[in-house]
Amino acid sequence: MLWACLRLPSLAIDAVLRQRDESTKQQPFALIDGPPQRRVLAALNDAALALGLMPGQSLAAAQAICPSLHAEPIDPRHAERSRRLLAAWAYRFSPLVAIEPFDDAVLFEAEGSFNLFGPWLRFAGRLHAELDALGFQHHLVLAPNPHAAHALAAAHADLAVTTPDAQQRALSALPMQSAGLDPRAATRLQRMGLRSLGRLFELPRDALAKRFGPALLDRLDELRGTAPALLPMYRPPDRFEAQIELGFEVVRTEALLFPIRRLVGDLAAFLSARDGGVQRFELRFRHEDHAPTILQLGLLAPERDPQRLFDLVRQRLERLRLAAPTLEIELHARELPAFVPEAGGLFDPRQAQQLSWPQLRERLRARLGGDAVRQLQPLSDHRPERAFQQRREERRQPVIQTTSPRPTWLLPRPILLRDPSPRILAGPERIESGWWDNGDTRRDYYVVETSRGQRAWVFCAVGETGPFQLHGWFA
Amino acid sequence: MGRALRLDEVLSDPRIWRGKAANQTPDGLSTGHAALDAALPGNGWPRSALSEILLPADGIGELRLLLPALGELSRQGGNVVLIDPPYTPFPLAWQAQGLELAKLQIVDSSGRDSLWSAEQCLRAGACAAVLLWPRQVDDRALRRLQVAAESGQSIGFVCRDARHAEQSSPVALRLRLHVRPSEIEVLKCRGAAPPTQRIPFADGRH
Repeated sequence: MLWACLRLPSLAIDAVLRQRDESTKQQPFALIDGPPQRRVLAALNDAALALGLMPGQSLAAAQAICPSLHAEPIDPRHAERSRRLLAAWAYRFSPLVAIEPFDDAVLFEAEGSFNLFGPWLRFAGRLHAELDALGFQHHLVLAPNPHAAHALAAAHADLAVTTPDAQQRALSALPMQSAGLDPRAATRLQRMGLRSLGRLFELPRDALAKRFGPALLDRLDELRGTAPALLPMYRPPDRFEAQIELGFEVVRTEALLFPIRRLVGDLAAFLSARDGGVQRFELRFRHEDHAPTILQLGLLAPERDPQRLFDLVRQRLERLRLAAPTLEIELHARELPAFVPEAGGLFDPRQAQQLSWPQLRERLRARLGGDAVRQLQPLSDHRPERAFQQRREERRQPVIQTTSPRPTWLLPRPILLRDPSPRILAGPERIESGWWDNGDTRRDYYVVETSRGQRAWVFCAVGETGPFQLHGWFA
Repeated sequence: MGRALRLDEVLSDPRIWRGKAANQTPDGLSTGHAALDAALPGNGWPRSALSEILLPADGIGELRLLLPALGELSRQGGNVVLIDPPYTPFPLAWQAQGLELAKLQIVDSSGRDSLWSAEQCLRAGACAAVLLWPRQVDDRALRRLQVAAESGQSIGFVCRDARHAEQSSPVALRLRLHVRPSEIEVLKCRGAAPPTQRIPFADGRH
């Protein structure tokens, strides 16, 4: 087994900044922690680091150096949420994903997936590209032992060791501070002149246990893989919930599109990990003093393509009126049915930008309403009003034969035929039915030609010849 | 001019018009009415284009004119989309005239978005034929639909009142129905001069 460790050196800041637009990322930005009297910088973006700010500095000092520094209180839930998202993402590549007991990393078994995703070089290239697109800075290390991979990822941004010997050599070169040892023990060892982990491996075990206690030995065994690695495995949740705090009030719906694209992209990443689709989901827009605006979105068939989902949201959003400025957006998807990808022909003659009928139907329904696209299904009833029904989804259509003339257009409701001298072409045809279901109908139907030359389907009460009620056109 | 120009470069200049190219009208879709087919340049409805049908009144024969072609398209598996039809299609009659009901889609846009819907359907390439009964349409909108039909390779039919016959229109084919006697007048057909004679539109039923 080879474990890939995805270590996120700036998880806290990435979790916040990936939800913001590009211009915010270029500005100095910091997350702050601590009591109100003494705020300290907890995490910084590259622009802030370049100005010489450092984690641990007090906010007052930092603002003296850089007055334009934008600071927000740190929320550990953001980082944890992002890590769970990444675990869901990693689940696409491997069934064995672990996020415990680490707090800044996601690990997954990669060797079993080489057949599918190609050798590590190509596989890693794909992982790097997707992580960059998701907006996370990361270190990616491959090693036979998960704990070793985690420790190596602290010092290496990109490394692959595939044999235990190579892993041992890489570990030996690891600086003492990066090895994930108990910090006090690491400092003591360093003061003893042991700069790298390799020197520690050479020391006699019983002497080490006497000086540092058994915890250090356990950690060394963990790193070398001599103790069995028992990792609790990640299981993807059955529903998807994500939210983005905007940090400022947004009035125009266009400005919401960027964070929504992120949310929908996260949903799509989650769905493809589950090999599922989404059929209905909702977006909640939270406001300061108002009840949240809720936008329900539904599709006829499960879908997981981020672009299609985003198109759907955008169509609906154009027509949405927000009651008040938005502070936070949430996306909830509870029903995640199985997803069957659309099978395209190998030699598909359609052009790339064109849509299939289901996509087109979704687009029409998104703008016009859920019942806007209908089909007709004939029923076996003589009464014209009940001879068919309109349906939303496609069904097999029965063929019902009729020998009597039937018009191609039917009026939704019969109206009086205003014509001085209709000429009767055919009829009468008596339709008498429905005494059993309160739809009692007794009519004599005629085909008439009006004075304007139209051919009409009209009826009158049984036994009479007029006045005629117009019920259809033979168009 | 310092260098020799190749002839095909010169000819590819958009300012040069070559008389013959436009005459190659592609084959149309048979209308199912032999006399009308014979009168039209492509021997049928122009494909990837918009056709306009002008009617003096409702129920005059527009469906009799269209249904043979629509039935053929639906039997080949193409979707036939009606956008805001003025009445409800009576399925028994449509079925009896050869239309596959499974392929008949009715879009109800409440009149507001019928042009938007028509453009989407024409452009998507997922519909074989799109029928439209616009309440208000000008030639800019028709031109837009015409372009959408070209890019989506769909056939569009616009049914309008005959009083619009005098307006110019960018569509590929314009027909006007007459009653008493029942005749079709070709007002415009791309690729040829419209026939001067009206075409008898025999009523085969009843």
